[in-house]
Amino acid sequence: MIRIFKSEWRKLRRPTLFLGTMVAVVGLTGLISSLLFLLLDSPRGNGREGMMITRETLAMPNGLYVGFANSAGLLGVIALCVFAAQTAIEYTNGTLRNLLVREPRRLLLLAGKYLAMVSFALVTVCFSAIISITISISLAGSKGVSTDQWFTSSAISLFGSTFGNVFLSVIAYGTVGMTLGLLLRSPISSISIAVAWILVIENILSATVSGISKWLPGQLMSAIPVQFGVDFSYSRALVGTSAYLLIFTVAAATLFKRRDVVN
Amino acid sequence: MCNCYKVSTSQNAAISVTDLTKRYGERNAVDHISFEVPRGTICGFVGPNGAGKTTTIRMLLGLVKPTTGEGTVLGEPLTHPERFLGKVGALIEGPAFYPALSGRENLKVLATLGNFPHDRVDQLLDQVGLLDRASSKFKTYSLGMKQRLGIAAALLPSPELLILDEPTNGLDPAGIQEVRELLGHLAGYGLTVLVSSHLLSEIEAIADDLVMLRDGKVLFSGQTKALLTAQQPTVIASSNNPQDLARLVEIATNSGHQAQIVNQSVHVVADATFATSFNKAAFEAGVTLSSLVTALPTLEETFFELTSDN
Repeated sequence: MIRIFKSEWRKLRRPTLFLGTMVAVVGLTGLISSLLFLLLDSPRGNGREGMMITRETLAMPNGLYVGFANSAGLLGVIALCVFAAQTAIEYTNGTLRNLLVREPRRLLLLAGKYLAMVSFALVTVCFSAIISITISISLAGSKGVSTDQWFTSSAISLFGSTFGNVFLSVIAYGTVGMTLGLLLRSPISSISIAVAWILVIENILSATVSGISKWLPGQLMSAIPVQFGVDFSYSRALVGTSAYLLIFTVAAATLFKRRDVVN
Repeated sequence: MCNCYKVSTSQNAAISVTDLTKRYGERNAVDHISFEVPRGTICGFVGPNGAGKTTTIRMLLGLVKPTTGEGTVLGEPLTHPERFLGKVGALIEGPAFYPALSGRENLKVLATLGNFPHDRVDQLLDQVGLLDRASSKFKTYSLGMKQRLGIAAALLPSPELLILDEPTNGLDPAGIQEVRELLGHLAGYGLTVLVSSHLLSEIEAIADDLVMLRDGKVLFSGQTKALLTAQQPTVIASSNNPQDLARLVEIATNSGHQAQIVNQSVHVVADATFATSFNKAAFEAGVTLSSLVTALPTLEETFFELTSDN
């Protein structure tokens, strides 16, 4: 397993992918965290979908991590793209046959690849947390946000749960990407279908069909780190996401195990 | 439930398959084939496009699951590729690597995965003449360089069995000669090589054994020499006077042999013993021969003979 993990990281660390992803993470997290403070008094809101997050809310123990949690959705989309591309590209390049000749135990190979991509996602989440917290601390003073409760023991313990929720959400998005990459064997198709479904179709469905959002994978995954604006509980989001994760993982493993490699 | 596997084939075979079939829908891409590749030999794997060569190779490597049939590779059953693939090197349907990684990094991906020493990467790059371009991205390589990287990747595990699908594709004549010498060199160390190629003259020059496919079926499996000597030889006679050729055809036909004019010479389907009496009969008819040789058909001629619809 370790050699599969290390082999996959040789591909993940290539500069175009690694640096490109990190630049996107820094840019998007920086933008979301900065706008959270810079638009504090804007009537158009400072959170996602025009949500207004007040000084009082930001001054609470978890206020330091609001920008980080709000970045989870975009981090998830980035993970989805990376997981889908890294999986599907083995088919389009024809490199999967080389990998399977060197490691014919398919489920082991898939598990090693998955763990490597999960660790890659962990790096992006860490990066995002560092950037968001740095920006929050830098801008709080100038925007009149009290930071007295940010460095208490309860705030530090809240960081663990926020980080865990963001990470779980990001992995869930990535798993969807990997499954679609395996299913469609094309990076462009898998990414475009996944992004269109999660960002467009699910939002239309949620806005037009009452009560449907608690059944939609994208809505459930994005509700784990940020509970604002959803009509279902955190535990519902967690159970629903876990169920989808299980379904997607079993589907990906079954496909990978059984399908002939003809590319 | 018994998970045992009955090995009914020769223990001396590096590859042995029995009744192997791969069905896609209504079509059998590989149709109940059986053959053996003896250890320590170079075996040519030939057949027209669509004959089932690549599908067979993929089944041998565990990439495609056979519909029916069984087989062994290095004495291990096809159903457990993890038991033999560590001793197998393969180049399948052309070199496939990551375009954005260098040649060296591409090999290191596979060396890490297969748990092979990384020192071997530069040794192999040197062996295939790519050491000076090892740091260049794969996408900048010429077709010949890509092919050579593919051969280096196949050699990574210091294999006992090397399976090469069209290894000379894209190589210039010097590169083809290098591959031929490399394969001969490897066979000298007891390595078994299964090599598919459209260049039948290459296969004839290097292969001890041959498996010939058409429409998913085995047309011939055995020693190359046995195949060629089983073919009808040809006595080829030439004369400086083109008008004599028709007379030579007449003499051969009167002796009960098939004859025809091909490229300013007469080709008579007959074995070498006919050459003496043919020469004598031509002399008595006033025809002076400028040359008289006996030739076995080439592998290419034999291949077309066996694979033609007639």
